[in-house]
Amino acid sequence: MTRLKNQFLGVVKNPFNLVVMISLIVLFCLIVIPLLQMIAATFTVAKGELRRIPGAKVGDFTLYYWKYLVAGQMSKATLWGPLKNSLICGFFTVLVSVPLGSVLGWLVARTDIPGKKLLGMLVVIPYMIPSWCKSLAWLAVFRNKTSGSLGFLEGMGLHIPDWLAYGPVAIVLCMSLHYYAFSYIHVQSALRSINSELEEMGEICGATKPQILKSITIPLVLPSVLSAVVMTLSKSIGTYGVAANLGNRIGYFTLATKMKNFINGSPQNVGFAMSIILIALAALIIFANQRLIGVRKSYATIGGKGGRSTEMRLGKAKAPLMVFLVVFLFFAMVMPMFVLVMETFQINTGAGYALKNLTLYNWIGSSEELAPYYTSYKGIFYNSEFGKSVFNTVRLTLIASVITALCGQFLGYITTRGRGKWYGNLTEQLVFIPYLMSGIAFSTMYVAMFSKPHLGGLIPSLYGTFTLIVLTSVVKHFPFASRSGTANMMQIAVELEEAAEINGAGFGKKLTRIVLPLAKNGFISGFMLTFISIAKELDLIIIMMDKRTTTMSYLAFTYSQDGMNQMADAISVCVLLFILVCYIIANKFGADIGKSW
Amino acid sequence: MSRIELKHIDKFYGDNHVLRDINLVIEDGDFMTLLGPSGCGKTTTLRVVSGLEKPQGGVMTIDGVEMINADLAYYAEPSKRGLNLVFQSYALWPHMTVRENIAFGLKIQKLPKEEINRRIQDALRMMRIEEYVDRYPNELSGGQQQRVAIARAVASNPKLLLLDEPLSNLDARLRVDMRSELQRIHKELGTTIIYVTHDQVEALTMSTKIALFKKGELSQVAPPMELYMNPIDLEAADFIGNPRINFLAGKAEKKDGKLFVKCELDSYVFPEEDFTGETIPEGEFDCVVAIRPEQVQIFEEPGEDRIPVTVYANQPAGSETLVSLKRGESEFLSKQIGLAHYDLDQQVYVSVAPEKINVYNAETTRLIKRAH
Repeated sequence: MTRLKNQFLGVVKNPFNLVVMISLIVLFCLIVIPLLQMIAATFTVAKGELRRIPGAKVGDFTLYYWKYLVAGQMSKATLWGPLKNSLICGFFTVLVSVPLGSVLGWLVARTDIPGKKLLGMLVVIPYMIPSWCKSLAWLAVFRNKTSGSLGFLEGMGLHIPDWLAYGPVAIVLCMSLHYYAFSYIHVQSALRSINSELEEMGEICGATKPQILKSITIPLVLPSVLSAVVMTLSKSIGTYGVAANLGNRIGYFTLATKMKNFINGSPQNVGFAMSIILIALAALIIFANQRLIGVRKSYATIGGKGGRSTEMRLGKAKAPLMVFLVVFLFFAMVMPMFVLVMETFQINTGAGYALKNLTLYNWIGSSEELAPYYTSYKGIFYNSEFGKSVFNTVRLTLIASVITALCGQFLGYITTRGRGKWYGNLTEQLVFIPYLMSGIAFSTMYVAMFSKPHLGGLIPSLYGTFTLIVLTSVVKHFPFASRSGTANMMQIAVELEEAAEINGAGFGKKLTRIVLPLAKNGFISGFMLTFISIAKELDLIIIMMDKRTTTMSYLAFTYSQDGMNQMADAISVCVLLFILVCYIIANKFGADIGKSW
Repeated sequence: MSRIELKHIDKFYGDNHVLRDINLVIEDGDFMTLLGPSGCGKTTTLRVVSGLEKPQGGVMTIDGVEMINADLAYYAEPSKRGLNLVFQSYALWPHMTVRENIAFGLKIQKLPKEEINRRIQDALRMMRIEEYVDRYPNELSGGQQQRVAIARAVASNPKLLLLDEPLSNLDARLRVDMRSELQRIHKELGTTIIYVTHDQVEALTMSTKIALFKKGELSQVAPPMELYMNPIDLEAADFIGNPRINFLAGKAEKKDGKLFVKCELDSYVFPEEDFTGETIPEGEFDCVVAIRPEQVQIFEEPGEDRIPVTVYANQPAGSETLVSLKRGESEFLSKQIGLAHYDLDQQVYVSVAPEKINVYNAETTRLIKRAH
């Protein structure tokens, strides 16, 4: 009896246990239940389909939605076509971005290419630009008559065919220019962590440079390359913004874009089913990867000690490689950005940069006589919609990232202190689930969950509310935030806490006097990175957007879809500036953009 | 000052049985060293005493007050045990100055300000680091950090001071300094100290008692010289002493209350009063004769009780010379103080005082004949 009482007291009197319990319950409610709910919804008759399913009542079990999707008359157009498109886009994006990123990573990490520091910075800038911004830049360059106003090249008199301006080629190239950063960051840090003595040993054994590359270096970085492949593949399959901007105009749909049509239209449950397919696909890819490389994952860090690395002299190859880099950076960054920025000043896109074609109207236009020329809108700085979207963006990013970063530190604390224990592992796994889902699939799940009230009204229907958007943003960024929290907490040795405990500090005191002060810097950098990530988000929140909750990224997206290209560009330039400023601030706090996905 | 008693302590990590029925009494004022190779359970034992680990079985009392009763799932909080701990990594809080580090626990105890300041001063003076009071830990060298860690621990006037491999992060010279420092602290404070180390020199030089651990079990508890002279089994004998003890395979038989031992070096007869009480098998049995290298004396000339051997190798090292010797198939080491030179394959003569020899039962590996 005393034993039981003491055991019970031991658990209850320790606030840490309480914190763990509450977080597990919250995680369960926010991640597991929505997922199950969405799965259940695809098997349940909804009101909208009552007349299509004879004799059914709302809430009955049905296979209608899955049949509709997989084996219906339309399934070629709704599922198999878009699925094929998604896979093709994903595959080719990997094919382009992984070699590109790996080579860049190798150049920066291991060779004597000049200006490495600057290069290392420039190369990650494209990743800071939201991918949907890139698609707008692409359109600014390649737009042709099909979508009304002309792009830069068409304006110069070149004829741009549809297959280049829109559709798979455009999507693949845009995504590649975004996601190569994964491979770059992975390969570069793997190469950095491999002690070059390993390679020198190969040299001593008499291997030639290609032999060393083939049998020592590449096998050592292969796990990192593979995980870059996996991330790129799963991310690009689920990307919405790029695919919609570049595909919708010519009726080229991927799974993600098609899914949104269903969710905003009907039958909604088919959209949920597609979302499950997307999640399953991502999970499959990630788990296949873990099976494939499994234990070998730890390779890259083994040589982490000593870390002496000698540079490889490029010799004659230096000049061509430099040219390659400059050309790459020009086409990936400078030109599209230039065209994008210039377009915001153009009266007619694609009509050149002569003074008579330039205007500030898109920014500060308010004159009524000019307005009919373009649109019925004023320049964005006088446009109330824009003002509202700036307010919404700042509100959303601030609130969501503060909450996310705080939760991330807490979750990180639980995972590090519970490492090897059941609750630590469970937390880690639960937190990982949102990572499997692309933004749009994730928000779909939340829409499915919160479109009706729960627990007898205790949780009201959040559909269309700002709260839901915040909640979605917070939970979707849990994996990243908790990873940064974990890394942060790992740096705080357990002994520091134990020393406080021995000196008589309770849980609260331990947390406020020891853990929090030490976690401060890591917290700020984690917060800034979350902030940036939420600020550029489009895919995640797009299906929840309406007039009241519009953010800058969504406004740019709708303007672009409506053919108001200059205004869309102007908004994306604002978003870009916003992100750049945030990044510079984040950098001051030691944040590493390489950790921001 | 306190007396600690551990009774039947059992600790598991999952299925891993890391502490097996530990029974240990630490008398008031002892400097008790927990000694053993890494992974033998010594640090775990220390953490059990401190309250940072909860054993699944056993009882612990400090001055007769129950601190652990695993059957009742009762574990007193670390801060309620009147002890303090110096971590191997020092665990100085990097965001606090030396003063703040030391004051932290005192403030939690809600001591008056003057008292806190006095204690800080005393602790710093004792560790001779008064001038660093306003520095942050990363502005101090490893040795200074070590001193701050100890100052922080003693400032709370603990009845029991726990030290977890405190010297292992210091260089060889600082280590020697800190050893005498720790001995001084022990004398000045009169505190009971439990000290964990894998370094036998630390254990032998500082402790009043050593508890030798082996794979989660306590194999021997004895004062340092007793542990050195009479390690309880072959493993302990092998672990204690540098250079290592010589083992010579032999045969032994107990006849007429005496032990007759033969090995390649010599034959011996040991009287009954040297027996350990360990049961000695009937008839002839395999034994191991263990001789400390410093007990092997080398002579150039033959004489009474001197046995001819050949020099196998010669390692002069300034203050001492290690000589490898060979007789028949048996090889053994002799340690001579000062410089000495022998040619390889030279014939020399050795003598070993029989009372300095240990004899072990080869089968049970236990000590059967003590040295004195």
